[in-house]
Amino acid sequence: MNVIDLGMPTSGIASVPHLPQDAPAQTKRDFTSDQEVRWCPGCGDYIILAAVQSFLPELGLRKENIVFVSGIGCSSRFPYYLDTYGMHSIHGRAPAIATGLAASREDLSVWVVTGDGDALSIGGNHLIHALRRNVNLTILLFNNRIYGLTKGQYSPTSEEGKITKSSPLGSVDHPFNPVSLALGAEGTFVARTMDSDRKHLIEILRAAAAHRGTALVEIYQNCPIFNDGAFDLIKDREQQEARLVHLEPGQPVRVGAEDDRQTLVRDDTGDLVWVPEARARPDRVVIHDPYADDPAQAFALSRIEGPSLTHVPMGIFRSVEHTTYDDGVRAQVRAAQDAAGGPATDADLDALLLGRDTWTVG
Amino acid sequence: MSSKTVKQLDRVVIRFAGDSGDGMQLTGDRFTSETATLGNDLSTLPNFPAEIRAPQGTLPGVSSFQLHFADHDVMTPGDAPDVLVAMNPAALKANLRDLPRGAVVIVDTDEFTKRNLAKVGYDSNPLEDGSLDSWHLHDVPLTSITVEALSEFTGLTRKEKERAKNMFALGLLSWLYNRPTDGTEAFLERKFGAKPEILAANLAALRAGWNYGETTEGFAVSYEVAPAAMPKGTYRNVTGNTALAYGMVAAAHRAGLPLVLGSYPITPASDILHTLSGLKRFGVTTIQAEDEIAGVGIALGASFGGAIGLTTTSGPGLALKAETIGLAVSLELPLVVVDVQRGGPSTGLPTKTEQSDLLQAMFGRNGESPVAVLAPRSPVDCFATAVEAVRIATTYRTPVIVLSDGYLANGSEPWQVPTTGELPDLTVEFATAPNATDEKGNPVFHAFQRDEATLARPWAVPGTPGLEHRIGGIEKADVTGNISYDPDNHDRMVRLRAAKIAGIADTIAPLAVDDPSGQAEVLVLGWGSTYGPIAAAVRAVRNTGARVATAHLRHLNPFPANTGEVLRSYRRVIVPEMNTGQLAMLLRARFLVDVRSHTAVRGLPFTTVELADVLVRALEDLS
Ligand code: SF4
Repeated sequence: MNVIDLGMPTSGIASVPHLPQDAPAQTKRDFTSDQEVRWCPGCGDYIILAAVQSFLPELGLRKENIVFVSGIGCSSRFPYYLDTYGMHSIHGRAPAIATGLAASREDLSVWVVTGDGDALSIGGNHLIHALRRNVNLTILLFNNRIYGLTKGQYSPTSEEGKITKSSPLGSVDHPFNPVSLALGAEGTFVARTMDSDRKHLIEILRAAAAHRGTALVEIYQNCPIFNDGAFDLIKDREQQEARLVHLEPGQPVRVGAEDDRQTLVRDDTGDLVWVPEARARPDRVVIHDPYADDPAQAFALSRIEGPSLTHVPMGIFRSVEHTTYDDGVRAQVRAAQDAAGGPATDADLDALLLGRDTWTVG
Repeated sequence: MSSKTVKQLDRVVIRFAGDSGDGMQLTGDRFTSETATLGNDLSTLPNFPAEIRAPQGTLPGVSSFQLHFADHDVMTPGDAPDVLVAMNPAALKANLRDLPRGAVVIVDTDEFTKRNLAKVGYDSNPLEDGSLDSWHLHDVPLTSITVEALSEFTGLTRKEKERAKNMFALGLLSWLYNRPTDGTEAFLERKFGAKPEILAANLAALRAGWNYGETTEGFAVSYEVAPAAMPKGTYRNVTGNTALAYGMVAAAHRAGLPLVLGSYPITPASDILHTLSGLKRFGVTTIQAEDEIAGVGIALGASFGGAIGLTTTSGPGLALKAETIGLAVSLELPLVVVDVQRGGPSTGLPTKTEQSDLLQAMFGRNGESPVAVLAPRSPVDCFATAVEAVRIATTYRTPVIVLSDGYLANGSEPWQVPTTGELPDLTVEFATAPNATDEKGNPVFHAFQRDEATLARPWAVPGTPGLEHRIGGIEKADVTGNISYDPDNHDRMVRLRAAKIAGIADTIAPLAVDDPSGQAEVLVLGWGSTYGPIAAAVRAVRNTGARVATAHLRHLNPFPANTGEVLRSYRRVIVPEMNTGQLAMLLRARFLVDVRSHTAVRGLPFTTVELADVLVRALEDLS
């Protein structure tokens, strides 16, 4: 499908009122609510909150036009700590609630904060349908691969064999890869980042906020209480280099230190395989193209990850422009009103109620 | 006009019955429109199978449409048909038991083949074996005459010609009861405008049916039913689902707010979604959600943003929406939830009517989560009930559950159409400025600082500067709305939410009792769609000189303030319900009055005779 120009806005925040040019610049403080933050000490959520609070001023939006909607779980407490409008809703339903809000209020920047259990287990249906419809939302999915708030059961992203309170012999569930799932649902913006890499996190938030349509950002987040060190292999400076795959648009996909660099190529069967950089045939080298409309390569990239964080792609997998659901819904209402000469008057309502077949008594 | 004898009747009940593919609903609809235009009062009852097309010619595949019209006010679609139009043996067999001896039966003899008879277990042909001797039988080869009448239409296949037989039947009935057909002709032109040959064939079949009545000796008499004396005004015919959709649009218009519907298709509520999705011109946004839960979530999200959030469903869907309705209770945001009740439990009887979701609406959520509950009494009343639901939802910042049902949804009756100016002003005031100061004297916004009169909290929509706030399903501190786990605060909040809902009674009319003599000892109290059958039964009993009082509840939570007083002023209170006694249970619990239930769950409305009998027995009991 090609991008169809319907004269619709192309930035995620294009229709949201901005601060006047001469207004004093916002600071992190403007986005910090008076509520005491109550995550466990050392929780990755703190870092994400701080990053979001310091990033939001950059958007230059009127803060009353920003809304955070969350579901249930540790991460879903997020809205309470931001001095914007917010709703802490019920388990799994935030994307549905946010869809109703975004569709009816073009002037709002709507964010969803969710976790792996909230988004992928109880709320899986709403997540895939928000992605399919391409509602103008930015979804931050904190993935700690465990149920934190309910005290440590395995989640839909926990690795197979994981021993938890509810899986004493090891989990027999196959985990979801949230990026693969989002791409399978034809998400128009799908990215992955990590709590500990503040610079990268903010870069991704910037791109996600600018995207018009559903932006799904998976954020690896450490839960020191119930799943400590889940991402240590890719956080550890020494190990990181051999495991983290930084996706750069227009660049080959590579991993490893300079002396031991591997490059991703397509083999004869079309599969993606790692080969030492020197042996990579230029015509076989995989060039990352997040702007490709066909999500196939982005999906393939999401699958190069091994079971134990052997190769973890980070960055933007896909970023394409498609018409958004809420713009489409509003366009239909507007077109119907324009065709009828503007918003309905009392006389229009009278005519509707009367209909075509009437009779008069008296 | 016919040269045959014309007889005057005061009322007629006709039932059109055929295979679900025979177009009986359409035929019934058109006959109803013709009847409405003549100024008769009327009431209709469609009855169709849950399967879209059950095997042809079988009993489960029978679809019917009953219409009661009269020169006086009509309360019900009628207990028993005076005329049955049976398009095949299955339709005859399925409906004959409802037909009093002496009633008219018009059958399509072409369909009474050996094979079709065998399909429904007729050993011999009832048209020939004398088993229909007690009825007035008109055997008409409907299919073959229709095909014959359309012989000029060489471009149409035999099948296509046969399909026009419902128009032939309509033409015949229109002649028989002197109904004008111009409305149907205009309707056919709209429907088949793009297919001129099909249009012409349908018009020709309609005319052929009319002419058949006029020229055939079998039909010696035609009938007239004079217009009913109805209050002056402009009327149209309307079904409950349409009236409900229009009521929501009208209420949103009077509130000056957009209407946002989140809905998942479900029988028998889907027509509300269909109707509203065609009304974008009125600022209506409809979102066909991925599931029932998303439907109500979308509505609630829109309410948070300052729209009128609406979700429509039937019983199984209400169960799925329960948690989100609980969230709306806790958030104290307006929300309208329409449950078009059907037979349950589980999938139950999807196309049949029942009133068995009352207790689900009242209590079907976790925790103490009171909501307002309303029920329309008739198809027309769905309009006013929707307007009332929006008034309560926006004034009290609460979910309101509207309990319609399958009978109201698909049934129709004449509606004296109101003008916009006659509708209540539902203007909503959003919060625009801080409503408190903090300890340092700075202006702040307290999201749960209540209005003294209504106990409603402010509705502060995103986009309002200075009122940024967070709400959620966790218990909130009274006034500030911040998270609070304090035991006393929770106790206070539970009681405040309950008091808010109870306080709605201050703004609703007292329960009106119809007791002409003022000396009745028996009160019959109903709610929802039993209004018509109860009114008809009460009328029948009063005609015998007996005294019976009647009252009908629209507000089920809270009840009108005088409800207990009314109940206590009668020696016997009868509560008929299409469930096993749900309102009776509420009344007994709430008012300690020994009300007597009369219940039935057959998927059909009560008959007048049945309810009249209940009243007569109650009167005898007391004498
Ligand atoms: S349980 Fe884990 S995820 Fe939840 S707050 Fe504590 S550390 Fe964070």
